[in-house]
Amino acid sequence: MTGTQLFLQQLANGLTLGAIYALIALGYTMIYGVIQLINFAHGEVFMVGSYLALTLMLALTALVPWPVALLGALLGAMLGCSVLGWGIERWAYRPIRQAPRLNALITAIGLSFVLQNAIMLLYGPTDRQFPNPVPLVRWEIGGVTVTLMQVLVWGVAAALMCGLQWLVMGTKLGMAMRATAQDLKICRLLGIPVHRLIGVTFALGSALAAVGGTLFGMTYGTINFHDGYVVGLKAFTAAVLGGIGNIPGAMVGGVLLGLLEGFGAGYLSSQWKNVFAFVVLVLLLLGKPTGLLGERVADRA
Amino acid sequence: MSAARAWSLGAAGALLLPLLHQDPYHLDVLTTVWLYSLLALGLNIIVGWAGLLHLGYAAFFAIGAYTYALLSVKLGCPFWLGIAPAMAAAALGAALVGTTALRVRGDYLAIVTLGFGEIVRISVTNLGPWTGGPNGVLGIGHPRLWTPHGVFDFGVASLPYYYLALAALLLVAGVCWRLERSRVARAWMAVREDEMVAACVGIPVPQMKLLAQACGGALAGLAGAIFAAKQGTVTPDSFDFVLSVMVLAMVVLGGRGSIRGAIVGALLLGALPELLRGANQYRMLIFGLCMVLMMRWRPQGFFGTRHGRTA
Repeated sequence: MTGTQLFLQQLANGLTLGAIYALIALGYTMIYGVIQLINFAHGEVFMVGSYLALTLMLALTALVPWPVALLGALLGAMLGCSVLGWGIERWAYRPIRQAPRLNALITAIGLSFVLQNAIMLLYGPTDRQFPNPVPLVRWEIGGVTVTLMQVLVWGVAAALMCGLQWLVMGTKLGMAMRATAQDLKICRLLGIPVHRLIGVTFALGSALAAVGGTLFGMTYGTINFHDGYVVGLKAFTAAVLGGIGNIPGAMVGGVLLGLLEGFGAGYLSSQWKNVFAFVVLVLLLLGKPTGLLGERVADRA
Repeated sequence: MSAARAWSLGAAGALLLPLLHQDPYHLDVLTTVWLYSLLALGLNIIVGWAGLLHLGYAAFFAIGAYTYALLSVKLGCPFWLGIAPAMAAAALGAALVGTTALRVRGDYLAIVTLGFGEIVRISVTNLGPWTGGPNGVLGIGHPRLWTPHGVFDFGVASLPYYYLALAALLLVAGVCWRLERSRVARAWMAVREDEMVAACVGIPVPQMKLLAQACGGALAGLAGAIFAAKQGTVTPDSFDFVLSVMVLAMVVLGGRGSIRGAIVGALLLGALPELLRGANQYRMLIFGLCMVLMMRWRPQGFFGTRHGRTA
């Protein structure tokens, strides 16, 4: 394999991982944008999404052709996680909205324990095989192998991001979300149903995390109830990298982090790839605390 | 009941307990609780008093544990001489993280410290030649005491470590109690309430922040050295992000800025999973629910006060 081929191969792998990170990072960033809350339980929502998709996929692949099964699993996981995200906001975060910010962090940790252990009890503590009904089609393009699965990940992620961009920039709901991000109190005075809007934001972010979970399971073949923590932390890093609270930033940050890990693992050492991610995060935050595309001032206490 | 009497009763109870109850498993759980309390008291200085949100505290615990472990294994350093370097190394690490993170505040500080915590843990895992990599350091020396009857080796028994950790805790709690009423702690609290006002009345804000982090780090280093001596081995997975958030949860549940709160928080979070052992596989589920419900019904923690702006 020549240098260029290795480079392109790592690019393809990094893009796949990056697309998944970006989908999860969007949830962190949307919620932070609206209420300045780091929802540390978001990684667990992603993990729950992957398990929901697993169940649906196992049930559906026997009955219907694979594209229908895949679509059914995706939509089912999205729906399930939307309800979960909405419920988390409604029953855990909303009652403590006026409390100090650290409290939300503790709540998130508690929620993470609950979700992780609920899944462990339901599905067992070991790795679960994730069925991948997508036929193994490979294309050799200039010596680089690209699979149908990778193309699917890129396609789904790109479509969802375009959809989200349209939702936020082109609809009344999105306008309300952007307004709430600017000033929650004024929006309330103007009659925007702020609580419902925040609930919808949680539901949307969680649906995207469910897609991330499904694609993650299909790409890597196994899932575990611990995945939410590691992948969630990475996706969160991606959100910060792009500028937390900034939607295009989360997409850029996710893809960048995926590429960074892909190239780091390919060229340097796979052991240290997690360190690269965090070193870049720390350096970036110290140099430009608002992230690559963020414009918020970083002095919220 | 006055605070002083409650303190004395609690301390006396903890000191006398092993005379009545010698089950090594229960003593081990309580020893862990005393170590958690040390960590919670240290983090309380950073988060509770100085108001700096820190999510990488386990890193300093790791630095302390590894410093003593390596001194013991490579140089044969006895435990009592290893404590000071362990505390100094952890304090230095904390001050270094603090120096680089002076520019950022609030959520961003939390993220930067989280990043540093992960960097330390992964580096320790990957620096195999020095730290033993994922297998950790083995064969760390146990503490020894020179008594009139000869040398007493702590070995692997539970009781000596129970008293060692308890003695350290009582000493540190006493120091914190004095510290709380000092000029330094009042300066920290002023920084916590309003940095700008604190600077205007002449408090050297950056120095006070670094001092808080170094003090907190030193306590984590002390806990780390005792932990390493007790275990005889240290591995990187003892120092993950979950430990950082657990210690933070102890501080918050007990009530930010409260010394007894930190100890009660450590007692609750350290002992609750053991008490729930009867509930078997449901225990962590119940534990998580308790944390969520606690934040909902008593957001200021057990001994916290409602007033005051906090991060």
